[in-house]
Amino acid sequence: MNEPLWGAAVLWTAVFIYAMAGSIDFGAGFWSMVYRREKDTRASVIANRYLSPLWEVTNVFLVLFAVALVGMFPSAAYALGSVLLVPGNLILILLTIRTVFLVYTHAVHRHQSGLRTVSGITGLVIPALLMTVFPVAQGGFLRHTGGHWTLSLASLFSHWTTYSYIALGLTSELYLSSLFLADYARVAGDDSAFQVYRRNALWLGPVTMLAALFTLWAIPSSAAWLRRDLAGQSTLFIASAACFLVAMAVLWRGSDVRRRWYRLSVVASVAQYALAMIAYGRAHLPYLVYPSFTIANSFTNMEMFRAAVLVLLIGIAILFPGFVWFWRLFLENKGYVGKLE
Amino acid sequence: MSPDHVLLARTLFATSLAMHIIYATLGVGIPLMVTVAEVTYALTGDSDYAIMAKRWTRGFTVLLAVSITTGTTVALQLSLLWPRFMQVVGQVIALPFLIEIFAFFVEALFMSIYVYAADRIPHRWRIASVAFVAVGAAASALLITDANAFMNTPRGFRMVEGRAVDVHPWQAVFNPALPTEDAHVLVSAYMTVAFITAAVAAHGLLRRAHSDRVREHQYKALMLSLALGGLFGIFTAIAGDASGKFIARYQPEKLAVAEGLFHTQAHAPLVIGGWVDGVHQRVIGGIELPGLLSWLATDRFDGVVKGLDAFPRDTWPPLYVHLLFDAMVGIGMLLVLLAIAAWLVKTVRRGQRFPFPRWLLWLVAASGPLAMAAIECGWIYAEVARQPWIIYHVMRTADAVTPAPYVGVLCVLFVGLYILLSVGTVLVMRGYFRRHPLAEEIEPGPISPRRVVWLP
Ligand code: HDD
Ligand code: HEM
Ligand code: HEM
Repeated sequence: MNEPLWGAAVLWTAVFIYAMAGSIDFGAGFWSMVYRREKDTRASVIANRYLSPLWEVTNVFLVLFAVALVGMFPSAAYALGSVLLVPGNLILILLTIRTVFLVYTHAVHRHQSGLRTVSGITGLVIPALLMTVFPVAQGGFLRHTGGHWTLSLASLFSHWTTYSYIALGLTSELYLSSLFLADYARVAGDDSAFQVYRRNALWLGPVTMLAALFTLWAIPSSAAWLRRDLAGQSTLFIASAACFLVAMAVLWRGSDVRRRWYRLSVVASVAQYALAMIAYGRAHLPYLVYPSFTIANSFTNMEMFRAAVLVLLIGIAILFPGFVWFWRLFLENKGYVGKLE
Repeated sequence: MSPDHVLLARTLFATSLAMHIIYATLGVGIPLMVTVAEVTYALTGDSDYAIMAKRWTRGFTVLLAVSITTGTTVALQLSLLWPRFMQVVGQVIALPFLIEIFAFFVEALFMSIYVYAADRIPHRWRIASVAFVAVGAAASALLITDANAFMNTPRGFRMVEGRAVDVHPWQAVFNPALPTEDAHVLVSAYMTVAFITAAVAAHGLLRRAHSDRVREHQYKALMLSLALGGLFGIFTAIAGDASGKFIARYQPEKLAVAEGLFHTQAHAPLVIGGWVDGVHQRVIGGIELPGLLSWLATDRFDGVVKGLDAFPRDTWPPLYVHLLFDAMVGIGMLLVLLAIAAWLVKTVRRGQRFPFPRWLLWLVAASGPLAMAAIECGWIYAEVARQPWIIYHVMRTADAVTPAPYVGVLCVLFVGLYILLSVGTVLVMRGYFRRHPLAEEIEPGPISPRRVVWLP
């Protein structure tokens, strides 16, 4: 692997982690809205428990992505930055409203359901807007005029491909968050919440598959290169589908909350998305933003690259024990998960 | 790009930063105050300090959310509003931004542990975790300020046809503005937050109808805060003086405009207040202290200070920043004097349990907002007086701006959002502390700590 490829791998890893953590975070916000009225299940309590300590950590990955893009591929950051002013700032406004209201809800114990509606709805709109970066990067919507880049929002939002990416993003978010929350409920030993989320995952899983096929179908002829290259990654996609089937099988069989191997369905789904994203990422190369920005021509200089990799490695090494402690205290801790509000 | 477009982009960005800096400053300072209170509790066994730590932390969790979201906004807006600038940042000064990510992680992880897991870890670890929060917050402030220092004294590269060549990332990180700017930003944040907690305590004391027990608690918070505020106030003045000497050497037009100095001269006067008149090239109505500016900038009364006439007219910064600079310095001096005055009053009335007269409490209650105003004045001065450069003598702000339309609409939306946030945060905090009054949280009876806290 050459250096730009390593850079792309780092960036794509950040996207993957944010996609997973963000799915859980935004999805949990959505589910806590859906189940806010139900007295008989603790589904909403479970969703909230998960959310409290997690959103800060998730948010850092968003910033990490932006910073890594600027540091590794400054010219691609320049191109995306020039055209995404409006969608980008809308995301920021919604993200601000969501996060702040979430924290307000914890502080004032009144207006719970109103505030939860806000965080639930933004939990769908923000991921939808984030997904529009994919059709922009696949080409066909950018123009180079008068020495700089512009994006036609009208044509972006009048094409199927945009909506297919949004559909894929949203269904995946809900599917993954259901799986994680079911597992979280299992750690807490909470049968009713476990069943609620397990049932959701069972029907959402096949829906994500349909959305994925729809996305493939909707790739426009202006991005024929992507469709061709995606076809070249069929081995990885088949492996990904196999993981999906494993997850579904475990879900189907594992209706008993005490079954520890339910965790397997979570692991298999994460593997499923990892494989699919590796396949998509490889098909997308060498382009970051088609057709003008490849990983080679927008790469930063070698001095910066070496310094950045050094910083990343040292940082991760130092932080790792902190993460382990965090995981032990919150995500694996029955005392915390099961605590009543 | 049209000047209006640039102005709108600057307005939007400045609004976001001005909003973020309020919460960021609190985010840097409160964890330090909490750590001090926790350590004091551990050393003395005085439960009042534990309550103090608890209540400051509660406020902090709400403020932190605003700090993080507005911070995320400025971070992404940097790329969205100034894409050309960030292209250079990516090639030359990406490291502080990257390292800062880890500082954020440290802060977020240990904050969750301190707040949500407090009941499940031993006391020693609680102190350690809140100390890590303070370290993470300070580190993120120092690192982002380093990026700003680079904008003032860019180093470690050459620009050739819009591309950075000959790049030395660590030279860019350790640029000459780093030591003075970082020192001044950090101590001024600590000073500000100490005066804010002092102001909160003074505000509480000004409302009558309190039991003596509540007053006792509030006095403890007040004394601790004033002592720290005065101490960091002195540090801030020292660091600010170093900053002044620094810009005299490296960004002379910035100092010239701060003092309304038009002509390069020895025995340059320091002018306090007044309106800088660009047409007649003089300051109207300020108080002149002869020779003092030369002394401040060069340590000698006959030192030569560069005036604006040493620079081409089209690179002069806006002249009104003189007032911002004076406001910052003036507030800094006043607050240090206030802390000293409080100490004198306390020493003179040593016998009394509650020594402060009401007028002094009123002054202290005003000190917190004033300190925050000084922070804002300082930043606007530092940024505006660098104009027209976004990267000093390398890139003009007008060349960095995004070509995308609708900046004006976004500006309106963000201003609305920030108003909503400010009002919401105040209401939520007030509501919370109404429902959890101090009287219900402190131990009711007289407390008997192992040791008494000693303060000067
Ligand atoms: C409580 C806040 C506060 C107080 C009391 C002061 N400052 Fe300050 N000052 C800041 C808060 C601040 C700041 C917000 O932190 C700035 C903005 C940018 C920066 O680097 O720090 C700043 C910038 C700043 C600069 C510009 C640095 C640059 O552009 O690189 C100078 C020369 C001074 N200060 C000097 C002083 C002096 C001589 C003070 C005398 C007491 C003083 N400041 C008090
Ligand atoms: C947080 C405290 C800060 C405040 C309140 C602040 C304030 C401002 C203001 C008022 C402007 C507009 C200047 C003008 O319109 O003339 C500005 C511009 C700018 N600032 Fe800052 N600033 C802060 C810190 C920073 C930091 C730490 C950075 C760098 C990482 C930074 C980067 C910029 C950039 C890129 C611009 C736009 C270009 C320019 O006008 O120079 N600012 N800021
Ligand atoms: C000198 C002025 C500034 C100071 C003192 C400061 C300090 C802070 C602090 C203490 C936080 C809370 C961190 C956390 O809890 O995670 C924060 C958040 C943040 N700041 Fe600033 N900041 C400043 C300016 C800026 C600027 C100019 C940017 C843009 C590059 C920025 C980017 C951020 C981001 C992205 C966050 C959120 C981090 C997260 O996701 O946790 N800050 N800042």
